[in-house]
Amino acid sequence: MTRPPQPFIVRLDAAFRSGLPVVTCEIAAGDGADSDDVIRRARLVRDHVDAVNVPDNTAGVVHMAAWAASILLAREGVDPIMHVTCRDRNRLALQSDLLGAAALGVRNVLCLTGDHMVHGDHPGAKPVFDLDSLQLLGLADVLRHGRYLSGREIKPAPDLFPGATENPFAPPYDFRPLRLQKKVEAGARFIQTQITFNVQRFAAFMVRVRDLGLDRRVPILAGVAPLRSARAARYMRERVPGMEVPDDVVRRMEQAGSERARREEEGIRICVEIIEQLRDIGGLAGFHLMPIHWEEAVSEIASRARLTPARASLAAIPAIVREDPADTLHNRPREHRA
Amino acid sequence: MSISVPAPVRGFFQRHPGLTRALEIVILPFETAGKKVAFGCKMCGQCILHETGMTCPMGCPKTLRNGPCGGVRMNGHCEVIPEMMCVWVKAERRSRWLPWRGEILKVQPGLDWSLKGRSAWINVLAGRHGRETP
Repeated sequence: MTRPPQPFIVRLDAAFRSGLPVVTCEIAAGDGADSDDVIRRARLVRDHVDAVNVPDNTAGVVHMAAWAASILLAREGVDPIMHVTCRDRNRLALQSDLLGAAALGVRNVLCLTGDHMVHGDHPGAKPVFDLDSLQLLGLADVLRHGRYLSGREIKPAPDLFPGATENPFAPPYDFRPLRLQKKVEAGARFIQTQITFNVQRFAAFMVRVRDLGLDRRVPILAGVAPLRSARAARYMRERVPGMEVPDDVVRRMEQAGSERARREEEGIRICVEIIEQLRDIGGLAGFHLMPIHWEEAVSEIASRARLTPARASLAAIPAIVREDPADTLHNRPREHRA
Repeated sequence: MSISVPAPVRGFFQRHPGLTRALEIVILPFETAGKKVAFGCKMCGQCILHETGMTCPMGCPKTLRNGPCGGVRMNGHCEVIPEMMCVWVKAERRSRWLPWRGEILKVQPGLDWSLKGRSAWINVLAGRHGRETP
């Protein structure tokens, strides 16, 4: 396989430090012992993003290990964000996975609790959940500062950049911004949210987040996704817990009919409209795209919504790129705007 | 439990492991029964009921000790057990009535699973707490 010409020189943390809008995108993890499939998906999105998320057995369905797919991306010159869930690993495995990934060039780790296996393809598996997402953030922070949980020293310490998620669309709504605050206190250095279809709910969430001053402590990326059909919209609304798809979105997808070109066009249009509406909300540092097995849509969404990765502007300003990457100041306050 | 036991008390229990064990054997059935009936306790041995609106977080299928996961249904029910109210929805609601409601915002460390099934009360008195936890 030929090596692509331009590796990402600006890493995710430098992109955030610049204060420019940042774009990230999740790709589907490999569904076979095939590195080409992962690389093909990454190539569809790489020009439009600052970093690419690699999920860890999403929805409890087995896929290629997130660390393996992340390393494939790192070798491609793409900055990966590796998802790490607490569902399948205890604290020993979590520490060794984070250390190994960091040694191979995977710095960005998204610390998640993980979807429960009851909704996956191995519902009878033993749930681990030795730690929860906040404790995992704490663990990443301990490792980053050169210690195992046992207190033993790590030399050299893994240069991790831990991130977290929050879902503004699941009850208890009042508690969600406070939980985000807990995550920031536990060590989260960037945030990616659940997919937004209900902009009003997201705006209300961000009002509280701004009141708490969290947008100035960590960059927050709003999650967005294109729908592909009315069936997908209904499935998300009814079968995916924690996902809110308002009726008017489902109705619009139904009205687009069953013809593929028309329903896909409508899905992209809704996604772009949501991005435009989210731009008016203060406190966002950019967007996180989740195309759900439809990576082909990303370039279209990026061009219509005028989404450009921060690194595109930064490459021209080498001074910012070279700014000290060992940003040891925890959650340094900074201004962001989308 | 965020109750600090005076050092001499802790020291006494630590110097007398046999007595501590005997006391635990006597206390355990009452503690288990009482907390199970009142709070649906799962006997993790590291009680934080006080900080979680007097709702046992170990009733969560993911045993989350720091707040609800992102899978809570629109009606406030659990994603894993649809007929059950999310323990954290309950915890958040109940904590509002408590004078120490701010305690729910404390970041809870990971569990020491070797203390599971032991008496949380005795663990507090003897100063036994989580190890290797973030």
